[in-house]
Amino acid sequence: MNPEFFDLELIAMQLFSGVALGAVFVMLALGLSIIFGMLGIVNFAHGHVFMVGAYAGVFVMERTGSFWAALLFGPLMVGALGLVIERFLIRPLAGRSPDDPLLLTFGLGYVLVEGVRILFGSDGLPFATPEELSGVADLGIGFFPIYRLFVVGVVALVLVALWYGLERTRLGLIVRAGARDPEILRVLGIDIQRLWMWVFGLGIALAALGGVLAAPMRSVNPEMGTVVLGEAFAVTVIGGMGSLMGSVVAGLLVGIVVSMTALFAPEMASIAMFAFMALVLLVRPQGLFGKPGLGV
Amino acid sequence: MQTLDQTVAEAPPTVPRRLPIALDGVSRWRAPLSILALLALPFLLPSQALAVNVLIYGLYAVGYNLLYGYTGLLSFGHAAFFGTGAYLTGIGIGAFGLHPLLAMALAVVAASGLALAIGTVSIRSRGIYFAMVTLALAQLVYYVALQASSWTGGENGLRGFTVSTIDLGIVSLDILNPLTKYLFVLAFVGAALGLISRILASPFGAVIEAIRENETRARACGFDVERTKLLAFVLSGLFCGLSGALSAIHLSIVPLDSLAYHTSGTAVVMTLVGGAGTFFGPFVGALTVLVLEDVLSLWTPHWQLALGSVFILFVLFLPRGLWGTALGRLTALRGRR
Repeated sequence: MNPEFFDLELIAMQLFSGVALGAVFVMLALGLSIIFGMLGIVNFAHGHVFMVGAYAGVFVMERTGSFWAALLFGPLMVGALGLVIERFLIRPLAGRSPDDPLLLTFGLGYVLVEGVRILFGSDGLPFATPEELSGVADLGIGFFPIYRLFVVGVVALVLVALWYGLERTRLGLIVRAGARDPEILRVLGIDIQRLWMWVFGLGIALAALGGVLAAPMRSVNPEMGTVVLGEAFAVTVIGGMGSLMGSVVAGLLVGIVVSMTALFAPEMASIAMFAFMALVLLVRPQGLFGKPGLGV
Repeated sequence: MQTLDQTVAEAPPTVPRRLPIALDGVSRWRAPLSILALLALPFLLPSQALAVNVLIYGLYAVGYNLLYGYTGLLSFGHAAFFGTGAYLTGIGIGAFGLHPLLAMALAVVAASGLALAIGTVSIRSRGIYFAMVTLALAQLVYYVALQASSWTGGENGLRGFTVSTIDLGIVSLDILNPLTKYLFVLAFVGAALGLISRILASPFGAVIEAIRENETRARACGFDVERTKLLAFVLSGLFCGLSGALSAIHLSIVPLDSLAYHTSGTAVVMTLVGGAGTFFGPFVGALTVLVLEDVLSLWTPHWQLALGSVFILFVLFLPRGLWGTALGRLTALRGRR
């Protein structure tokens, strides 16, 4: 094997692991973007919801022994919690400054972290890769961990489902119209309050799904939410606030940037994402796909 | 006066801008009364270390409020300035053997420089977008400090720069004496508070409040909104850097946490609990939060649960904070007379 070929293979593998990493970022940014795009709220507890999602996954897996159950019921449980949060904490703030829901969800982050510490302890928990998804697959250009392929697949499925739901169904039409002009929807007799509640729950469930998916790749601990929050913001800011397309492109881009940096200068990997964000902002303050006017 | 007037702005304009007779005296003697209150603080609180913390975080929150409460920019990245002030003070003393005052001065200048850089990148975005950008950039600074462990001690934090005496030429201050340390920190915090009060009473103070109230109108009035915002950002970073520098002197260590998300959040929590946009609000907030933390941490390791819940309740039911609400009540009282 000549060194050049080896390098190419290494780069391909790193590129792929960047895509797998990026897929998790996409999940995070999608939830943030949906909640912001529809409700105009920045969820400052988004990273902590991701963390709670990972713990919900652990919880379900301990009870049922099945990763698939964890993947399904973990996000559903956290999504249900999201419905309650919207109903009792976010909704009373309607009509106040957009800073208020942001501040409230920030306080909620503290509560979620301490809640998890009380229930599960302060130490991290192991989350093993499910047996049927462990191992590596030969894709011709290199060997890739099956679990990472699986993560990319799940995120792609979610994306297709979201796209279909938003662009091709009546409910999606209503949601998109509601983001544009809630007043008209109300006049048309649609219970927009309930719609918002479900949209918020969906965004929360997506973050939690990201948490369960990432759990075997990252360590599960109460503090992971803060780290994830910074990452989610960087991705969302790069992509452009409220743009689903932006979330997808920026998520994958950031994943690749981070994992390529890890190849050449490992100690710079965590810095690279934020440096990349600063660069993008200098050129395009509204982000890659953001429309000027959405808070820019 | 000026800050009291500002919170009074919601009162009908026909009401003369005066406080009730008894409070007239209070506002005239505002500066001496504040100094008296601060001098009494170490004797009122359970420990003098707590009193020093109140001063440091009080200044941190007041400096933060310059940007959030007065300019209307919700930053979630002020730990970057607090931490930079703290780290560079420690590095200046420990690695270069600088005089503590010189190290502090350089650290404050550097924190302001960092504020200029972060401000330049983030100031073009508005509202909640601004909050996200500042948080992400502060994370960048955090990771830089984490990686540059030969300078910063990485995860273990910075150690080895214990300051026991500060030589002022004529006298030498024994910093290990808690009361001396309190007075040393108070000298800086008092001077900074006085300076911030002057800044807010100046035309610049009026312009930043105009920007907070209506940016478009401020721009139409001919003010350079971007430059003014950036200056407010840098000033805010400067005072937060000073509070960080003081915390390095106080603790003799700089934990990596001083650059973390939680430290940024601390400024927001304290400011909101006390009352954003009022002069003393953030200070009152710092006092409240730190005393709450002191008391609760005796009972339970999960005091942050209570802190988060208190914060949520404030957002829901008391968005003007303790001090802001109290001032509002006084105003209403006066309006009725």
